[in-house]
Amino acid sequence: MLELDAKIPNNVDLSTDRKLQRALESWQPSFIDWWQDMGPEGFQQDNIYLRTAISVEPGGWANFDYVKMPDYRWGIFLAPPSRDTIGFGDNMGKAVWDAVPGDMRKELRRIIVTQADTEPASVEQQRLLGKTAPSLYDLRNLFQVNVEEGRHLWAMVYLLHSYFGRDGREEAEELLERRSGHADSPRILGAFNEPITNWLDFFCFTMFTDRDGKYQLAALAESAFDPLARTTQFMLTEEAHHLFVGETGIGRIIDRTTDLMQQDKNEDVRNLGGLPLDMVQRFINKWYSLSLDLFGGEDSSNAAAYFALGLKGRYKEQGGRYEDHVALEQHYTYDVVEGEKMAQREIPMRRAMNLVLRDAYVEDCERALRKWNSICKKKGIAFEFTLPSERFHRGQGVFSATHFDPSGNMLGNDVWQAKRDDYLPSEHDVAYVESLMVAEYEPGKIAGWIAEPKAGINRQAFDFPYVRFANQE
Amino acid sequence: MAPKKAPTNVNFETHPSGYKHLKLEVEGPVAKIIVDIQEDKGLWEGYELKLNSYDLGVDIELADAVNRLRFEHPEVSTVVISSGQDGVFSSGANIFMLGSATHGFKVNFCKFTNETRLSIEDASAHSDQKYIAAVNGVCSGGGYELALACDEIYLIDDRKSTVALPEVPYLGVLPGTGGLTRVTDKRKVRRDLADVFCTLAEGVKGKRAKKWGLVDEVYPSSRFDEAVEQKATELAGSGNANRKGVALDALEPTIEEDSVTYRHVTLAWGAQTRTATLDIHAAKEAIDVPGDKELDANWYPLRLFRELDDALLRLRFNHPEIGLVVLRTHGDPARVLEMDKLLFAHQDTWFVRETTHFIRRTLKRMDLCAMSFFALIEEDSAFVGSFLEFAFASDRAYMLDEDNVKVALSDMNMGLLPMSNGISRLATRLLDDDAALDALKTNREPFAALDAEDAGLITLAFDDLDWEDEIRLATEERASLSPDALTGMEASLRFAGPETLETKIFGRLSAWQNWIFQRPNAVGPKGALSLYGQPESPEFDWERT
Repeated sequence: MLELDAKIPNNVDLSTDRKLQRALESWQPSFIDWWQDMGPEGFQQDNIYLRTAISVEPGGWANFDYVKMPDYRWGIFLAPPSRDTIGFGDNMGKAVWDAVPGDMRKELRRIIVTQADTEPASVEQQRLLGKTAPSLYDLRNLFQVNVEEGRHLWAMVYLLHSYFGRDGREEAEELLERRSGHADSPRILGAFNEPITNWLDFFCFTMFTDRDGKYQLAALAESAFDPLARTTQFMLTEEAHHLFVGETGIGRIIDRTTDLMQQDKNEDVRNLGGLPLDMVQRFINKWYSLSLDLFGGEDSSNAAAYFALGLKGRYKEQGGRYEDHVALEQHYTYDVVEGEKMAQREIPMRRAMNLVLRDAYVEDCERALRKWNSICKKKGIAFEFTLPSERFHRGQGVFSATHFDPSGNMLGNDVWQAKRDDYLPSEHDVAYVESLMVAEYEPGKIAGWIAEPKAGINRQAFDFPYVRFANQE
Repeated sequence: MAPKKAPTNVNFETHPSGYKHLKLEVEGPVAKIIVDIQEDKGLWEGYELKLNSYDLGVDIELADAVNRLRFEHPEVSTVVISSGQDGVFSSGANIFMLGSATHGFKVNFCKFTNETRLSIEDASAHSDQKYIAAVNGVCSGGGYELALACDEIYLIDDRKSTVALPEVPYLGVLPGTGGLTRVTDKRKVRRDLADVFCTLAEGVKGKRAKKWGLVDEVYPSSRFDEAVEQKATELAGSGNANRKGVALDALEPTIEEDSVTYRHVTLAWGAQTRTATLDIHAAKEAIDVPGDKELDANWYPLRLFRELDDALLRLRFNHPEIGLVVLRTHGDPARVLEMDKLLFAHQDTWFVRETTHFIRRTLKRMDLCAMSFFALIEEDSAFVGSFLEFAFASDRAYMLDEDNVKVALSDMNMGLLPMSNGISRLATRLLDDDAALDALKTNREPFAALDAEDAGLITLAFDDLDWEDEIRLATEERASLSPDALTGMEASLRFAGPETLETKIFGRLSAWQNWIFQRPNAVGPKGALSLYGQPESPEFDWERT
């Protein structure tokens, strides 16, 4: 049994948990098969400088060493218990649940399966990116993100195995059977079925789409179902790095482009092999708007029920952001389209919980944009990145049937068609970005369209050999 | 809670050119009903028809489409019902609509949707039009019940689409459109698996749905449309190319403050408290069996029963205060008997047969109206043959004892127009008297009042001295009794004899669903239906009843 603990680091008493052992016995080999099939293509035999979580103690979650990805020790960790009572909703003040209450089974299962499905999905979406990494540092970061999304899958599967019986085991199997973008068995959420084929998309995805994940996890970290709360609390520590990869990735692109612009103020940065800022803005427009869709409907009875039951709270529900944790008295006003005009609608606060969570997300994105804009400002480049309006390019919700420009002005279909390529990446943009995607695997070297990071990983230098290729050893 | 709502002026006439929610496409022997419900086109303010959820407005279109296919496109032999929305087949009746509706409207709505689902099965059984449900996404509650009414259910396997009856776990009510009965009685799903299924809010996916018998076939997304197309073509064969359809024109009755007047039917109200009069006129001229070229929706028997059907629906929805309908017929009985002779003799002509089926369905609609019917058989009345069915379908038939007032049977009373219980109204009346029934089967003699009373054809006979008082007392007394008790009593007494899928569905709808719909656990301030989509959780009174 000690062997099992060594193979699967955990703090859930796996060595004595017969039920969990039985479930993992069949699931773990399937997971490895899935990883071999759908994990990063072409790098499974290479040694990657990765961090592995081996305990929840400070420092325990970030052990750095070289490891071949299929040998990565995906573990199961719950954050230490932090509270005894439910912090919001109709059950506030009652004891947290150590098991799934029968009457919450379907909602909890749905929440967990939907969250879990995004984890392997993103690995699948990103599986070809290694072939065009701009540096070993970035290649390593990609794989770190990938193995940790794999671990987040483990974290969710642990919940399904331990608390949802036979149904849970079946759901866990299906998580390995669905495939991102597959015609017959796609991933559950639309945004996770689009392949990510270039690094600008990747950075935007980790910046904007993974950030939705952060807020979903943060909402679940408040859950009355204690194992879910503690699992997601621990996942959040890892998620921070993924967001860092995205935010600094875009920052480094801006850094490089503005350098090029300073070199020759009259030259199109394209001729210098850089990514124009307005093109970066179009990618931001695309990924930000796609990510807003992931928060769900503006007026949601599910969201109300999840809050009422104590399944899903708000961002930092316990962190001092809110005083009223019942939220029955307040209302929320949001914009809607009525015919050709904009109007406002007021709904009870609980039904607007998707929007409340999204508001926290938007604030966070705005913070990142301020950072990027300060790069331009510092270099005297007059360009300001902006987040498009919540109305722009929406596939879900009240704005999905109408076209808007990024400032939120309503557009007719003709104008939209004519202007679309000003707002969103055009075919030419994508072709140009992809033309720059050439791998740079020399330690210390980097592609011409992105700047070096300010610091390396785990206090290593940028020229540290973050990946040791099998064929060079 | 906000006051409950119900539309007060529903129009049941529509046409594919005016559909808001459905598209009807016909190509050779295959027709498609594409359900694409417009969120913002509900019957009243306060709910959005999200996820292809429906309200009465949608169901009126569906009923129209199913009926039109039988008359206007008799060449069609397979009808595919699919959704025009991505990832959603239908999520059933709109819950916010139900939550905001009056109890009476909910009951009438469920009754109408049930009649429409049964009309799909009726088209399959009698008009050789088979229905396929092409379930291409979320299919829950009434959405799955619509699929259950079809002959075949094909479910997309995209790893997430399920079929579900989540009413019990989500809403604290029952599936209101025959779902429970069809799962066990039609699809023969084992009762214990059905128990699991009906409490599994998230529903059952692909392979298991097929294994449990909830669907017939499962196809992956990439092959779904093609597989459905292929199945539809196979099932359709060459269709009924020799049949030419008949356009159903609009009835366009004259609507006044106290009456609706059609060509052959008049419905009026207001003269007497809570009482309406329904007057039905026999054809004024001789009618013919139309040849293929002269097929016309104005053909008397079809026109008459289309009018009656529309009048009954208006009564139910637009006049909930009416408790008693006094029904009279007028005209020359000979014309009715001629009509019956034609109908009976030409059952091998599709148009005549289709009209007969329509007559049968309309009479069933009358059987299922939650109001008392008194037939008054007087001078100048024409209660013979198929018109005598109006008296049989009434709760009571009063007959004036005068020499010139007669009733008579025709071949149309002998089984071509069965009730929901599968047997004729005459057989249902004489359930325990085979000898009397046998004697009547061949008896085509006119009956005077006392003989008719003896033979069990009418309820009571009065002479002209008593008539006026007796009728006044009977109608006034009826209008004074508890409407709830009368509805229950009538529904219990009308359907003697065998149980069928149909009687079970309506019986259970009345007994269980309508009871649950009234209970605080569903519609009280803390009830599950009231609080669905609201920020609070329901609270139940746990005592079992």
